Amino acid sequence: MENHDQHAQAHHGHEEEHHHTESFVSKHIFSMDHKTISRQFLITAVLMAFIAMTMSFLFRLQLAWPGERFWIMNFLLGDKWAPDGILDPGMYMQLVTIHGTIMVFMVLTGGLSGTFSNLLIPYQIGARDMASGFLNMLSYWFFFLSSVIMLCGFFVETGAASGGWTVYPPLSALPQAMEGSRLGMTLWLVSMSLFIVSALLGGLNYIVTVINLRTKGMSMTRMPLTIWAFFVTAILGVLSFPVLFSAALLLIFDRSFGTSFYLSDIYIGGQALEQTGGSPILYEHLFWFLGHPEVYIIILPALGLTSEIISVNARKPIFGYRAMIGSIMAIGFLSFIVWGHHMFITGMNPFLGSVFVFTTLLIAIPSAVKAFNYITTLWKGNIQYTPAMLFAIGLVSTFISGGLTGIILADSALDIPVHDTLFVVAHFHIVMGVSAILGMLAGVYHWFPKLFLRHMNKKLGYIHFWGTFISAYGVFFPMHFLGLAGLPRRYYSNSAFPMFDNLVDINILITGFAILAALVQIVFLFNFFYSMFRGPKSEQNPWKSNTLEWTTPMANTHGNWPGKLPVVHRWPYDYSKPGKEHDFVPQTVPLEEGEVDGGGH
Amino acid sequence: MIKFLIYVAIILTVFAIGYLVRVFELSSSLKGDKPHEVTEKDNRLMSKIMLTFLGVFFLFVIYNLVSYIPLMLPESASEHGVGLDWLFNFNMAIIFFVFTITHILLFYFSYKYYGRKGNVATYFTHSNKLEMIWTIIPAVVLAVIIIFGLKAWNKITEPASKEAIVIQLYSKQFDWTARYAGKDNELGASNYKLITDENSLGMDIKDSKGADDIIVKNEFHIPLNKEIEFKLNAREVIHSAFFPHFRAQMNCVPGMTTMLHFTPIITTEEMRKKPYVIELMKGINEKRAARGEKPEEFNYILLCNKICGNSHYNMQMTVVVESEADYNKWLKSKKPYFKK
Repeated sequence: MENHDQHAQAHHGHEEEHHHTESFVSKHIFSMDHKTISRQFLITAVLMAFIAMTMSFLFRLQLAWPGERFWIMNFLLGDKWAPDGILDPGMYMQLVTIHGTIMVFMVLTGGLSGTFSNLLIPYQIGARDMASGFLNMLSYWFFFLSSVIMLCGFFVETGAASGGWTVYPPLSALPQAMEGSRLGMTLWLVSMSLFIVSALLGGLNYIVTVINLRTKGMSMTRMPLTIWAFFVTAILGVLSFPVLFSAALLLIFDRSFGTSFYLSDIYIGGQALEQTGGSPILYEHLFWFLGHPEVYIIILPALGLTSEIISVNARKPIFGYRAMIGSIMAIGFLSFIVWGHHMFITGMNPFLGSVFVFTTLLIAIPSAVKAFNYITTLWKGNIQYTPAMLFAIGLVSTFISGGLTGIILADSALDIPVHDTLFVVAHFHIVMGVSAILGMLAGVYHWFPKLFLRHMNKKLGYIHFWGTFISAYGVFFPMHFLGLAGLPRRYYSNSAFPMFDNLVDINILITGFAILAALVQIVFLFNFFYSMFRGPKSEQNPWKSNTLEWTTPMANTHGNWPGKLPVVHRWPYDYSKPGKEHDFVPQTVPLEEGEVDGGGH
Repeated sequence: MIKFLIYVAIILTVFAIGYLVRVFELSSSLKGDKPHEVTEKDNRLMSKIMLTFLGVFFLFVIYNLVSYIPLMLPESASEHGVGLDWLFNFNMAIIFFVFTITHILLFYFSYKYYGRKGNVATYFTHSNKLEMIWTIIPAVVLAVIIIFGLKAWNKITEPASKEAIVIQLYSKQFDWTARYAGKDNELGASNYKLITDENSLGMDIKDSKGADDIIVKNEFHIPLNKEIEFKLNAREVIHSAFFPHFRAQMNCVPGMTTMLHFTPIITTEEMRKKPYVIELMKGINEKRAARGEKPEEFNYILLCNKICGNSHYNMQMTVVVESEADYNKWLKSKKPYFKK
């Protein structure tokens, strides 16, 4: 560690000399600095999230008022996909597919982990940068390329991929099955392959950095929970993304080279295909072997950010630090053996289904521990309501209410009547969509001073939180009832069935809240970009926090600490410790004589 | 041109708002405010909104329950569905209880412990006892949920009895076909390579078991209190046979045959006479009248519940449950497919 420090020191001095000769391109575009890469991820993700939200706005309009003419549809989609302002069914499918893909992968995987793992891992463990700045830079540019290619689908003649974000074959494998399975689907697969490369480069870097580059005194059990969450997330990603890659590769083979991994006994377009012996179920297994860890890849970083923000702003140590680490690891481990709960009614062996019921419901235990620990952290706190704190508390609420409906879906018997209905859509949007977005926004408000050295506007933050939180529940709470009434997801319109006619009021209510949610995000976008350049400058440790990132000067210094690396003497959660002058004790403050570390008394 | 003007207008609006905020910020910085710093006043205000939100949220939940429960599916029309509905309500009761307790605690603590100047939080790092409590209690409750759930699951997924009436449900973009096994209660062989315009299921003419098979479209009938076993197939992509009223669902996968069985316990006619269904249909027909559409009667529906293409949203078949005598009469009126 000493050696490394000296080496980094020398390296740093060297960097300093050349600091002013850095060109714009190497400083802002092909940068290898973790802070710049983090900003690049964040800005890309914010723009992608805005695009995906606009898509959801369009299909929500269609669902509330099917067949109605909307000027905005024609304005945004043109005459081919929205003639006279009426949304085309094929376009509807494209919108739901790409909305899902962008939100799950580009925003909540790339955007969330990419931004905060990059920003906080070196900062909070006391490293000068990521283990490999070059791989880190590649990770961003693969991500960027993948995002651009994903959007390109909308600019090809036959449209973007439209088989749902899970792109199950044979629908996605057969160009004859729908227009979206032609060039759009190829672009989806290319984009996703590049995304997986990006996720792997990032994930390997995060793991190596956390294991090797911790500063003196930063033992594993002195790491903030953010780092624990990013660390476990990176392991999940590295173990599961290659499986998605193999699934995508086999799908490419089936589409382009006449293999039959997923295809068998198919008659389409007036002709019987040659392919026999494959099975679409194989794809489902491969897809969900990534797909389920993926939802924890999304939610764990958000929970990590929340742990830190709740503790700082409640001015209290996080309750049950070691239990929190234990539950992160338990969730990570279990997430690999639950994928089958997406497949209860696919014809999978019912006994296998029983096993997945058991493992899936086990995840509720560590999740419950986390939720109760958050609530106990608030108890007898001295809560500072920064916008970040509001978002963090919002996350705890949505994580609980979304997680609870998971109990129904994890129970194979009860899953039968609600499988693939809007009940599922409501469930996963609350538990991983809204929760992860709230966690990510909490992170943006909290670490904005570290990202852009300035503060976001507090009052706009308050408006943003309450608007978002209220409308998120307004959208997704009533949606459960649509599912319980039997309404399937991914239906362009439910007017083909008289039995759903009386649900139209619920759909209108949901769309109303969705429009409110979209409008409130404009407040955020404005606050975000405005504060980046004109927000009030931040002092060094605005939230009176213990972690190491706030011991660096408020400047984008290459190497993070101008002098020696900090030395860590205590865990990160000494807030309101009795007998101390201030209500926080940074990790760099040595223990007093007889003082016990890690929350002992 | 109009598009261009709209873009220009949007950009100008953004700039205008930007300058407004700038003016506002400059004036507040002149007054010496630190706009990002959280004051006790902010904390008090937010804590009050937290408590208000708790109340409004629960009112919203209750409003949802009261106004939407009458729009839900009628009672289960299948034997296994009755138990499933009970189990669903049982689990929902647990979920609702936990939801209420945790939300009251979360928002009440958020309200009560807002930051006050000079106040110091309690240094409370962990408690093995508390953590044991909220590990063990969820574990016990989940054990109960798992046991009940798996009992129901095992019963539903048991193989159908030998006497069950066999019906093939054949799915393709974008309709359903039902094939009855006929007197021998065995389906004739079929092969996707034999599919032609006339032989849309690809039935093998050489297989004598298929000689008495009956094919119907748009609507199919099943007898009351008889176990029905569906054999599900798909022609080109995955579909899913979803019977919401019977609480039954199974995917149809190209290249394999999946199975699903249930016993209907309420005929279509009986269901139409239930007070709940009469109310339900009244609401539905009011909406239809408002749109200028003709009124509809209650029907059991089979719908596709796995994304299968652009017309996925309209792939349906009507299911009629009737007494065994009526069913036999109906079936007799249909001619076997191969009969000249």
